[in-house]
Amino acid sequence: MEQIKSPSWSKTFEEVGNQVSFMSGFIRNIFRTGFEWNELVRQCYMIGYNSFKLVGITGFILGFVMTLQSIPTMKVFGAVSFVPGMVSVSVIREIGPVIIALLCAGKVASGIGAELGSMKVTEQIDAMEVSGANPVQYLVVTRIIACTLMVPLLSVMADGLAICGGYFGSNISGHVTAVLYFNKAFHALAFGDLLPSVIKSVFFGFAIGFVGCYKGYNSNGGTESVGVAANSAVVSASLWIIVLDAVAVQLTSIFVYN
Amino acid sequence: MANNEMEAAIENTGKAQTTSAKTAGEVVIRLEHLKKSFGSKEVLKDINMELREGENLVVLGRSGTGKSVAIKCMVGMLAQDEGICNVFGQEVKTLSENDLKSLREKIGFLFQSGALYDSMTVRDNLAFPLTRVRKMKDNDEINTLVEEMLENVGLLDAIDKMPADLSGGMRKRIGLARTLIMKPQIMLYDEPTTGLDPITSKEISELILTMRKKYKTSSIIITHDIACAKITADRILVMNDGIFIAEGACNELEHSDDELVRSFFK
Repeated sequence: MEQIKSPSWSKTFEEVGNQVSFMSGFIRNIFRTGFEWNELVRQCYMIGYNSFKLVGITGFILGFVMTLQSIPTMKVFGAVSFVPGMVSVSVIREIGPVIIALLCAGKVASGIGAELGSMKVTEQIDAMEVSGANPVQYLVVTRIIACTLMVPLLSVMADGLAICGGYFGSNISGHVTAVLYFNKAFHALAFGDLLPSVIKSVFFGFAIGFVGCYKGYNSNGGTESVGVAANSAVVSASLWIIVLDAVAVQLTSIFVYN
Repeated sequence: MANNEMEAAIENTGKAQTTSAKTAGEVVIRLEHLKKSFGSKEVLKDINMELREGENLVVLGRSGTGKSVAIKCMVGMLAQDEGICNVFGQEVKTLSENDLKSLREKIGFLFQSGALYDSMTVRDNLAFPLTRVRKMKDNDEINTLVEEMLENVGLLDAIDKMPADLSGGMRKRIGLARTLIMKPQIMLYDEPTTGLDPITSKEISELILTMRKKYKTSSIIITHDIACAKITADRILVMNDGIFIAEGACNELEHSDDELVRSFFK
């Protein structure tokens, strides 16, 4: 009979140690001379521009659906006029950044994990290292920074489009002028809603980039490990986003809303 | 009779080559009692060898005997568990990050697959070490060097192609060009002819010799392709189960008393 093994703590600590070491390598290489500006711009394009459509459509539909779902309930309380404000606050504070970050985890983290994983498996990263070049600076630093910059921008764009989607949703069930709708939507918002949301997205972006790079860079074995790297990058990045969101909500309620 | 004379002549040439290789030049790589394990598997058991300046040393052995592990220790990609791995008089394991980088600039490593960067054209692949390691900025100078190197390996036409558009042999040639563009003093070839047809294998083997002549490199060639070994080797080391079991010129080893050694040459 096969014995059930107890969880190996040494492996867990080893994994944590590897992640800390990877993080310190990342930080050291940000400040090293010869920063790869061109590659950073290319990665911003790959991560930001290539996710633009997906994120835009998702954001728009998010606001549209929220509005359509809320109107019947709000009608019962005679509070339909609060829908624009409710949509804008909930999208900007919580739903927008989290949904867009999870979407980016699926698209970007898996892409980075698979790309670096296949580079590792086909010895391209080793070739870079052996030639005296710095693969961490070229591959890792640029991708993590690009994610950290692009995810908040995508998130803000999606928030804006969600409010637009809400306007279209309102006009399906009745006529609302654009001026009235956007006035109501923005009136409900405060600076304290926008800033924590952007800061939160910065951390989400960092988590997506870091996890994608870590999983890809440390994959080993055959082609199977490329799939494993991509898959575990998505799972870990999504988990990190949820955990970071919980922490961010707690900190925001302590420091901003109180 | 004539055949015997020819064999004797070849044997003498081989011996002379071995002797000249042993006496020529300084030792550039020295491994002493090198041991390396992965978990409970002992891959390198007790490796001792020297590579001299200008020498082409072939390491023959079956797959999984630890040949690639040994050369990876030489460039600091793996750290040995015990023993000495000395390159240009420096113990690789104890080098700082910067010193290791400087050492690696003097060593070229041709990977089994060529390891071309998939997302870059052939031109960018060759320019990559020049811009990142040599920190060259002049595009004209970089282009001249890239074109010159591609001409050396006979693939100037492929300059703007992507690696995915190249055959296995072409990838190896481009990989060799990318390595040699840094003008290394030592070349490490990890199974340069594996997966190639006999004609392309011969071309790659001859290219190794040409490049050695042109750039005056010392080389270690890891292979189990006996045809490649016969063309390129000054001296051959036969590896089995983590240790070297024989050393000599090709024709010496062909007549070795050891059945396993002889079996490589059949």
